[in-house]
Amino acid sequence: MGSKGRFGIHGGQYIPETLMNAVIELEEAYEKYKIDPEFNRQLTELFNEYAGRPSRLYYAGKMTKDLGGAKIYLKREDLNHTGAHKINNVLGQALLAQKMGKTRLIAETGAGQHGVATATAAALLGMECVVFMGEEDTKRQALNVYRMELLGAKVIPVTTGTATLKDAVSEAMREWTRRIDDTHYCLGSVMGPHPFPTIVRDFQAVISREIKQQMMEKEGRLPSAVLACVGGGSNAIGSFYHFIEDKDVRLIGCEAAGRGVDTFETAATIATGRLGIFHGMKSYFCQDEFGQIAPVYSISAGLDYPGIGPEHAALHDSGRAEYVAVTDDEAVEAFEYLARTEGIIPAIESAHAVAYATKLAPQMKKDEIMVITISGRGDKDCAAIARYRGKDIYE
Amino acid sequence: MSDIRSAFENKKAFIPFFTCGDPDLETTRRCVIAAAENGADLIELGIPFSDPTAEGPVIMEANERALRGGVTTDKIFDLVRTLRKTVTVPMVFMTYVNVVFSYGAERFLPTCKEIGIDGLILPDLPFEEKEEFEDICERFDVDLISMIAPTSHERISMIAKEAKGFLYIVSSLGVTGTRSEITTDLGSIIDVVRQNTDIPCAIGFGISTPEQAKRMAALSDGAIVGSAIVRIIGQYKTDAPEHVGAFVKSMKEAL
Repeated sequence: MGSKGRFGIHGGQYIPETLMNAVIELEEAYEKYKIDPEFNRQLTELFNEYAGRPSRLYYAGKMTKDLGGAKIYLKREDLNHTGAHKINNVLGQALLAQKMGKTRLIAETGAGQHGVATATAAALLGMECVVFMGEEDTKRQALNVYRMELLGAKVIPVTTGTATLKDAVSEAMREWTRRIDDTHYCLGSVMGPHPFPTIVRDFQAVISREIKQQMMEKEGRLPSAVLACVGGGSNAIGSFYHFIEDKDVRLIGCEAAGRGVDTFETAATIATGRLGIFHGMKSYFCQDEFGQIAPVYSISAGLDYPGIGPEHAALHDSGRAEYVAVTDDEAVEAFEYLARTEGIIPAIESAHAVAYATKLAPQMKKDEIMVITISGRGDKDCAAIARYRGKDIYE
Repeated sequence: MSDIRSAFENKKAFIPFFTCGDPDLETTRRCVIAAAENGADLIELGIPFSDPTAEGPVIMEANERALRGGVTTDKIFDLVRTLRKTVTVPMVFMTYVNVVFSYGAERFLPTCKEIGIDGLILPDLPFEEKEEFEDICERFDVDLISMIAPTSHERISMIAKEAKGFLYIVSSLGVTGTRSEITTDLGSIIDVVRQNTDIPCAIGFGISTPEQAKRMAALSDGAIVGSAIVRIIGQYKTDAPEHVGAFVKSMKEAL
C-alpha cells in the first residue's frame, strides 16, 4: 500500500498513526457521497438557499476605466453568507460529517472567517463546535471571536509557538487525536493530509465552475487571467480549478509578502520557502536550514501561514500557475482603492489579489478579460487597517 | 541490523526519552549518562521541532526551550558523538519528518550510522509514507520504528509484519503526556502483534509512575517514559541529572 493523494511530488498523508483510520474513513465516506444524488441535492440546496449562491460575477467598470487595460470582473465571494468563500467548503464538510455520524466539528481559523463559517454550519446542522485560534489572531480579529461565540461555538485561544494560524492547525490536529469517534476536523484550506486537499478543492471548485458559466453568458469567451490570493490556497484553487485545462487562461496566485520577501517578516511561501513535510503534506514551507518552521508574518491573519496547499505547489512546479508576492503596503492601498473606486471593501486577504491586478491590468490589452476573486468582505479588517493608517479605532 | 534487540534480551526494557538541549546540551548529556548508569535499556533522544504535533504541553514546551537555546541537528549529532564514548545501550532519535527531510535523508542517515544511532522514530510518518525513508534507513542500519495506536485496529497486522527494531505501541488516544489512567485494551493489540512478528514491543504515552510502568511492561516488552522525565528536567534544570537517575532507577526496579 503506497502513498495517496499526490499532486506531482506533493501531498501525501504525513500524520500520526492515531489519525490514519480517521482519514481513511473520511476518504471512503467522501468517495461514496460525492456521487450520491441526495447528498449533492442537499449541498446544492444549502449553497443556493442558505449561502446565497451563485455569487455574482460583477463587471468593475470604474476600475477597468481607471486602470486603462484589461476588462475587470470581480467574483463576489464576499457576498456569500458569513462573508467569505469559506462557507462553500464548510457546508460540504459539515454535511459529509453528519452523514458519517459525527456530532462535533473542530476547526482552526486564522482571520476567523473559517471559524465563523464552521460555527455557522454547526449551528445550522445542530452540531457541537470548537474552534482553535491563535491568541495573536483573537486580538487582531476580536469581532470574529464574538461572532463564533454568538453562533454557539467554543473558541480556544492557542498560545503555543507563534500563536497564529499554523499553531491553531497544530492544536486542532492534537485535539483530533484526542477525540476521533464523534469528531470531524473541518480543515479550512486545501492543505493537510489527503483527502483534505482534494475534498476542500472540490467543494471550492464551485467558484471556477460559476465563473466559467457566467463568463460565457456575459462575454461568450474565457478570461485571459484569473487572480486570487493564496495562503493555504482554498479560494485560489477554487477559482483556478475549472480553468486548469484551458491553457490560455493565466492563473495567478497572490501570496502575502508581509514587509517584503527580502525580510523575515513575510508569509510568501513560493517566493521564500523550500520543499518540506509538515501538517500532513509534502509541499513548500518557510523554514530554516534545519527544517524548523519559520514564524511567518503578514498583515492578513488569513494568509499568515508558512505553507501552501500541495496542488498549488504542483501547479507552481509545472508552471501552469504563477505565484506573485504582494506586500502589506500594497494590499492596504488596494483595500482602500477598491473601496473608493467600486464601493466594495474587500477582505485584506483578497486585497492582495486586487493589488496585483492594479499592476497587471494596465499591461493587458483592452480586449482581454481579468477575473479577480474577492474571497471575502473587509468589514472585519476596518479597525486594523485604520490602526495601520494611524487612526486609533477599536472595535 | 541495529543493536535494538539487545535492549529487550531476557528482560523488560525501560526506555527514557529526553528532549535534546532542554535546558542545554550539557544537561542532556549528564541526564542520559545518569539514565544509562541507572538501568535504562534503550534511550530515546528527541531532536526538537518547532511544531511538534504529536506532543502534549510538557514536551512541546521543552522543544520550545531547547530551540530558543539555539540547539540544532548538527549540535545534537555532536552530543551523540560525545555520549557514545561512555554510553553503550542502544540509542534512537525521535523527531518529526521535516527535521530529517530538510537536513536531507542522504546526509542524516549516514551520520546516524557514523555516530552510533540505532533507530529513528518519526510520529508523523505512518505506514503508508514510510517508503520516504525506509530504503535509506536500511542501507545505513538504522531501524525505522513503526507505531501502533489504539485506533489502528485492522492495520496492526500490516504494520507489525513490516516492523523493524521494536514496535512503539501508543497507549492511548491523544498526544504525549502523563495520564492517571490508561484504559485501552492493550492486551488485545499486543496479541495481534505477536501473531505477526517476533519484534519486541514497548508501550509509551502517558506512563509516569513505577506502577504504570510495571503494568505496561507486563503486557509487553518494555515501557517508554517521556513527559514524566521531561517534567523533572523542567523542574530541576541543570540539577536534573541526579533526579533523573533516581527516577530511572525506581522505574527500572519496578519492571
